[in-house]
Amino acid sequence: MGVTERNPAAKTMAEKVWDAHVVRSHPGEPDILYIDLHLIHEVTSPQAFDGLRLAGRKVRRPDLTLATEDHNTPTLDIDKPIADPVSRAQVEALRKNVAEFGVPIFSLGNIDQGIVHVISPQLGLTQPGMTIVCGDSHTSTHGAFGALAFGIGTSEVEHVLATQTLPQDRPKTMAVTVNGTLPDGVTAKDLVLTLIAEVGTGGGSGYVAEYRGAAIEALSMEARMTICNMSIEWSAKAGMVAPDDTTFAYLKGREHAPSGADWDAAVSAWRAQRTDAGARFDREVVLDANTMSPFVTWGTNPGQGVPLAGSVPDPADFDDPDDRAAAERALTYMDLRAGTAMRDINVDTVFVGSCTNGRIEDLRAAASVIAGRRVDDNVRMLIVPGSARVRQQAESEGLDRVFIEAGAEWRAAGCSMCLGMNPDTMAPGERGASTSNRNFEGRQGKGSRTHLVSPLVAAATAVTGHLASPADLS
Amino acid sequence: MEALTSHTGRGLPLRRSNVDTDQIIPAVYLKRITRTGFEDGLFAAWRNDPDFILNNPAYAGASVLVAGPDFGTGSSREHAVWALQDGGFAVVLSSRFGPIFKVNSGKAGLLAATVDQQVVEALWALLEAEPTVAITVDLQARTVSAGTGESAVSAPIDVDDYTRYRLLNGLDDIAITLQHTDEIDSYEATRPSYKPVTQSAG
Repeated sequence: MGVTERNPAAKTMAEKVWDAHVVRSHPGEPDILYIDLHLIHEVTSPQAFDGLRLAGRKVRRPDLTLATEDHNTPTLDIDKPIADPVSRAQVEALRKNVAEFGVPIFSLGNIDQGIVHVISPQLGLTQPGMTIVCGDSHTSTHGAFGALAFGIGTSEVEHVLATQTLPQDRPKTMAVTVNGTLPDGVTAKDLVLTLIAEVGTGGGSGYVAEYRGAAIEALSMEARMTICNMSIEWSAKAGMVAPDDTTFAYLKGREHAPSGADWDAAVSAWRAQRTDAGARFDREVVLDANTMSPFVTWGTNPGQGVPLAGSVPDPADFDDPDDRAAAERALTYMDLRAGTAMRDINVDTVFVGSCTNGRIEDLRAAASVIAGRRVDDNVRMLIVPGSARVRQQAESEGLDRVFIEAGAEWRAAGCSMCLGMNPDTMAPGERGASTSNRNFEGRQGKGSRTHLVSPLVAAATAVTGHLASPADLS
Repeated sequence: MEALTSHTGRGLPLRRSNVDTDQIIPAVYLKRITRTGFEDGLFAAWRNDPDFILNNPAYAGASVLVAGPDFGTGSSREHAVWALQDGGFAVVLSSRFGPIFKVNSGKAGLLAATVDQQVVEALWALLEAEPTVAITVDLQARTVSAGTGESAVSAPIDVDDYTRYRLLNGLDDIAITLQHTDEIDSYEATRPSYKPVTQSAG
């Protein structure tokens, strides 16, 4: 690599966005950072509203706050009351809380309802240079726009509701440079799974990552969201992509995007937020997209993955004793034998959806593979659009017919089987290929076994009944 | 939040890495809207295994969890912290924590202290030989110590200054920030007009 002259005044994008949001900076204390947008949902907010009530506090900026219902909601019969009384009580608590504190909400049945990280970009609320938080770890998704976006816990949700700020320690910065071009049939999901296998689940701890390089610049906004979404899976504080013409083209004309003179002012500010030449990252990871291929997980964390063309690894081959023990545990849980070709692994369930891969491009990709084919008789395939609008768009393109005719189930929007909080779960011992973000033990239902895959691999797997890519289909 | 200066209690050696928050408390237990009562969800799936360490009566009453690297990765659910607290834990020691879990712990009053993996290994060995040994985590002095003689462990713990200050004094984060409301007001006055709002004012 060429050596760029270090310029002490030069800043990375993350530093610029950070500096633009510092309300107060004092030695020995974390910076107090202003939050431009706070997204909330039913699962991680009820105790925060209770905290406000107990302390007699208000929501400082309900107009910078948006609620939706996604984690706990059913994907069938959404026009009826939620059948599970505990789930219903939680959704009702959210509705009551937002009414009391004046926060806008997109409830089940509203055309703007959906997974929180899908609806905000779709509405044009997610914009470059913003700070965005949500009581959900996949808030990193919004970094695709050059926003500094990260997940928070319920105590922090309460803090943001009360103050519109968060005390935060300044993170380190990391460049994740992906050179080259992704080969045909290799997607953003394969790229990020490859990265996580390389750096490990703790590899990003303490860093804000900036994904850059030719392979990233070539990606659509939705593909960039897939990559930023999984930043938390390697413990990065946030992941960002520099805003460019792709970003501006996506945003222009959306409901909450700036217009007129504001648009011009915004675009010029957004262009200026790119990392300066000569700015120093605390660490850099370099990957080559040219060598990437469809990538799938074999274990119980997102770092335990291999190329689809590979096989289940032998724990004995891991040098690190913790990695070896984790691999042994994972193979037991996953009921897999070392050396088994990944393509020889049969699945019972295929899930296409989630904030990682539940957007329209993902559904188009899966539909392009499924069209004119049948879902294998031994496989249940669930298609869950990321939002009600994604569902509507897919239906206007006839994708719902493609899926239904192939034997897949076409559902309403929500988090669904990604975390198995609603009735969409796998049974104990069932094995699934999932376009979601976590293959943790029991994540998609108690005792369920998950292989993380791209939408293309998910669709080919549904057709063949074993892990496969579209290239494997005759 | 109650002040925490030092904690002494029995330990639980959890010889696992990558304990994600879905393991600490599965999603089905997150439907509750109260702040307490999550102990039934703590390690719920693993507790079905009679050999799981938390089921071992020798470690009953443990309040210091000693875990492998990358403890608390994954989901942002603060319920994981609450479940540990409801299950009787006051301290978690690991060589590396999931970033959101670590912040949540500091906010909710669970001390998540980073120690070298060798310290974790030494504590595991000690706890497996002597399950009732007392572990003292001194936040004031930033140390962990346990045992006597050759197997004794004494090592520094890493907790960031501000979290330590708040825990030592039992301070409510929101009240601290609200002391700077005038600075928040001044900042807000400078925000660019193109920044979006979720609803019109008024």
